Amino acid sequence: MNPVSSAMNRLLRFYYDGFRSMSWWGKRVWVIILIKLFVIFLILKLFFFQDFLSRKYSSDEQKSEYVLDQLINSK
Amino acid sequence: MFDSVDLTLVDWSRAQFALTAIYHWLFVPLTLGLSFIIAIMETIYVKTGSEEWKRITRFWMTLFGINFAIGIATGIILEFEFGTNWSNYSWFVGDIFGAPLAIEGILAFFLESTFVAVMFFGWNKVSKKFHLASTWLVAVGANLSALWILVANAWMQNPVGMVFNPETARNEMVSFWKVLFNDVAVSKFLHTISSGFLLASMFVIGISAWYLLSKREYFLAKRSILIAGIFGLLSSLLVAYTGDTSAKTLSKAQPVKFAAFEALYEGKQNAGLVVLGVLKGSDKKIGEKEVNDFAFRIEIPGFLSLMTEGDKDSFVPGIKDLVNGNASRGILSVSEKIERGKKARDLLIEFKEAKQNNDSQKAEGISGMFREKKFIDDYFRYFGYAFLGKPEEVIPNVKTSFYTFHLMVMLGFYFILVFILALFFLYRGTLLKNKWFLWVALCSILLPYVAGELGWVLAEMGRQPWIIQDLMPVSAAVSQISSGTVITTFILFAVLFTVLLIAEISIMIKQIKLGPKY
Repeated sequence: MNPVSSAMNRLLRFYYDGFRSMSWWGKRVWVIILIKLFVIFLILKLFFFQDFLSRKYSSDEQKSEYVLDQLINSK
Repeated sequence: MFDSVDLTLVDWSRAQFALTAIYHWLFVPLTLGLSFIIAIMETIYVKTGSEEWKRITRFWMTLFGINFAIGIATGIILEFEFGTNWSNYSWFVGDIFGAPLAIEGILAFFLESTFVAVMFFGWNKVSKKFHLASTWLVAVGANLSALWILVANAWMQNPVGMVFNPETARNEMVSFWKVLFNDVAVSKFLHTISSGFLLASMFVIGISAWYLLSKREYFLAKRSILIAGIFGLLSSLLVAYTGDTSAKTLSKAQPVKFAAFEALYEGKQNAGLVVLGVLKGSDKKIGEKEVNDFAFRIEIPGFLSLMTEGDKDSFVPGIKDLVNGNASRGILSVSEKIERGKKARDLLIEFKEAKQNNDSQKAEGISGMFREKKFIDDYFRYFGYAFLGKPEEVIPNVKTSFYTFHLMVMLGFYFILVFILALFFLYRGTLLKNKWFLWVALCSILLPYVAGELGWVLAEMGRQPWIIQDLMPVSAAVSQISSGTVITTFILFAVLFTVLLIAEISIMIKQIKLGPKY
């Protein structure tokens, strides 16, 4: 095995052993982390937090023009 | 103001951002401070080879891990909100926010995927010294990660190091170093991280006090109080010092906010610092806003002048001077600033018309003006004033500013006293005899959280009406979306974060009750 593969193997083994021998609180917080990431990125980001300008305009020029209008169209 | 601004939308967007930031800040400061306390404890373990110190280190590392894991990604929601609820602002700030937040993201990724893993998985697998280095790197990395966020926030308080490009409607960074070493950024960073150190020290002392009250883990508790007592005392003194430098900086960068801290309406020489005070309404007004009087106050004469200029005879402008102007002190009135802001905005209108008429020469000429120092200093720096209807709109909520500031400062002095007492009783060997103090220490765990949140309320509400000081009010920054969406996500966040908080507290309490099991 070449040195790079060997190092990669040791690294993977390090993480694998770490996760396997995790304590009760470690397992519990990982469950919470995964649920949280799912809610944040797959529910909130996709359905509620789309980028307002990117949703309305496809190019930076259009976005600039829109914001410029917002800045100057005041009383 | 904008024709179509929906105040419900602005208020809900602000409330949502406040809710997210407040919850996020429940997790961050413990990470900032506890990482250093753990690193110090592990250093003692590596130096002495004592298994007891290893046990102490691993116990606090467990609590650090729970807090760190639950807090992960709660800050990312703030970035989502920028893009959705605050799109005008996000576009306007341009790369000023992008660069620091990108550095923070990269740093956090490498930190979390490597050194935190070594911290938790690496015991008995890597050398003691490599493990110790990883722990220190986590502590330094976590605090550096906070630096970039605070640099971005400081720019909102004191926008420097950029020019506005009318072509793109964005601010462009011209000096990274000016943004990084912005006076507000330096004092804010030091004040914020030292408050995190203080919070973690109180957390360690409070839990150790609980062990002593429960008559268990004496060695762990006393050694932890020693480390946290020294670290906490030094941190609380640093908090007081950096608070003082922050006040000096604010008096220059955000004088109205500074005057509101002290409810100082009439500027004066030999201005006193209010130690304790109660505000009441009055029949006096600035424009349509009521002026608050003191029903009662204790003040140190001349101290406010001394704090701001280092000379008790120096003049500290009051809210009236800053709103109405004070020619003898060289202070422009808000009305004048509104006129100057409107001139900058009129030039932007001319720029747009020139572009529409394909008059590229005129458009380029105007674009060049936005890069000229004289135009920036005389006009563009007041750009946000063009959005204001009345001069008194620049006055933040004085009662909120005054009470949050004074409560935060009082708590700061209380913490110094608690750390001194903890070290004193430990040194005299009388901690166990002074059960009242152990109860005080236990009950004080929550108070640094309160102080930290008050600090953020003060920083953000004191800056109102601005989202970017003098350049953009919050009402101009908001996206034109329905307030119903914002209300829905507000409720979702409130539920999500409350569940996370309950999860953290319950896991942590269970682990504390179990105690160190290594």
